[in-house]
Amino acid sequence: MIREVMTANKAVAEAARLAKPQVIPVYPITPQTTISEYLAQYVADEKIDAKYVKVESEHSAISAAVGASATGVRVFTATSSQGLMLMHEILFAAAGMRTPFVLADANRAISAPLNIWNDQQDSIAQRDAGWLQIYVENAQEALDTTLMAYKISENPKVLLPSMVCLDGFILTHTVEPVEIPDQEPVDEFLPPYKAEHAFLDPKNPMSIGNLADPDYYLEARHDMQVAMENSIEVIQQTCDEFAEIFGRKYGLVEPYKTEDAEIIFVAMGSLCSTIRVIVDQLREKGEKVGLLKIRAYRPFPVEAIDEAVKNCDKLAVIDKNVTFGIGGALYTDIKAKIHKDAYGFIAGLGGRDITPEAIFEVYEKTKNVPEKEVTWIGLKED
Amino acid sequence: MVNIGCVITTPGSSKNNKTGSWRTFKPILDKEKCIDCDNCIVFCPDSSVNKQHDIDYDYCKGCGICAHECPSDAIEMVKE
Repeated sequence: MIREVMTANKAVAEAARLAKPQVIPVYPITPQTTISEYLAQYVADEKIDAKYVKVESEHSAISAAVGASATGVRVFTATSSQGLMLMHEILFAAAGMRTPFVLADANRAISAPLNIWNDQQDSIAQRDAGWLQIYVENAQEALDTTLMAYKISENPKVLLPSMVCLDGFILTHTVEPVEIPDQEPVDEFLPPYKAEHAFLDPKNPMSIGNLADPDYYLEARHDMQVAMENSIEVIQQTCDEFAEIFGRKYGLVEPYKTEDAEIIFVAMGSLCSTIRVIVDQLREKGEKVGLLKIRAYRPFPVEAIDEAVKNCDKLAVIDKNVTFGIGGALYTDIKAKIHKDAYGFIAGLGGRDITPEAIFEVYEKTKNVPEKEVTWIGLKED
Repeated sequence: MVNIGCVITTPGSSKNNKTGSWRTFKPILDKEKCIDCDNCIVFCPDSSVNKQHDIDYDYCKGCGICAHECPSDAIEMVKE
């Protein structure tokens, strides 16, 4: 094991190297670009024994990924923002064909207006594709989650692709110390992918990606729902196994000082680091407040959230996305499934800083009951 | 019950899907008028006409291309 200062993009590339993918179809896009560059270098340097497929678009990248995965090999790809938008059609095919590969998404805002900075609208817009989505808070978590994502996706009870979502620039272009595991324990944790449902073998010909008429389609989609439900347990098991080998503990959610909290912030990704500092500062002033970090957004871990928020009065849900006409995606999911007073806050769209003051404002508003169910934080008014 | 990802592991199974049930109009060949030009064989998109010009109604979807391409009007499309 070595400890090195690096960006989350490098951490993701290191995880991809350790996972030993055999095919890497990838197209560069800000702020994911350095992932594709690191991987190209690793393949050129023979640090990864993989076919690096240079494609002409993200639609091709994901199509090549699905095709490669359907032959029974391990596949890695990465993208961001408009690239993920262009992949949209094939994301559904990847899930429906049950190709269990991993995609890292460097979360970035969606055009128009054109904006390259961070929010989580790109991956949130793909939430119905049938992919697992895990949001990470820092570079170490990005590395660890990428490794775990393979083990979760390839589990025969799941067989759905995974998206590791890391905040663009905030994580992808800032450096922090990261522990890179040795190959040996990674191989122990993540043995080679043995495809049993779809693979290329001339002795066992099969047809993949078929037409399913109304007699079959409903069942095929239901199977995906069951797989997504199964993944809750598989994610937890995988996190436990990972902790045993590597000593770092993760879960579906990550509660912080929630046990006696009256108000709990709910958020995803790097924002949680800022909130944790504010929670400590508010605690010093005697405020009973906590944070619930959501790691797994799909599957939506209802039981784990229920358990973490059972003693609180109110939830302050901060979304770096918006589902126009209703509110933030995380907020609406919490409202649908968690029986607590919840208030939604839209913040940080298009890279607007979510400052400590913004978090204090969310707290004050939640404490005094906001005027509206969904409040936009930091709006400039003329 | 479907395989995971709707994978089909028995090659050639598309012939089990009798697409003839989709048909609204059925081609009827009058062999008296037939001049053996074989246009119907060549143009049938479902290979549902054999060399003797027998139409395989298990797979003929009733598209009517054979009737359209027949130079001697030997094929009539009749409502099922």
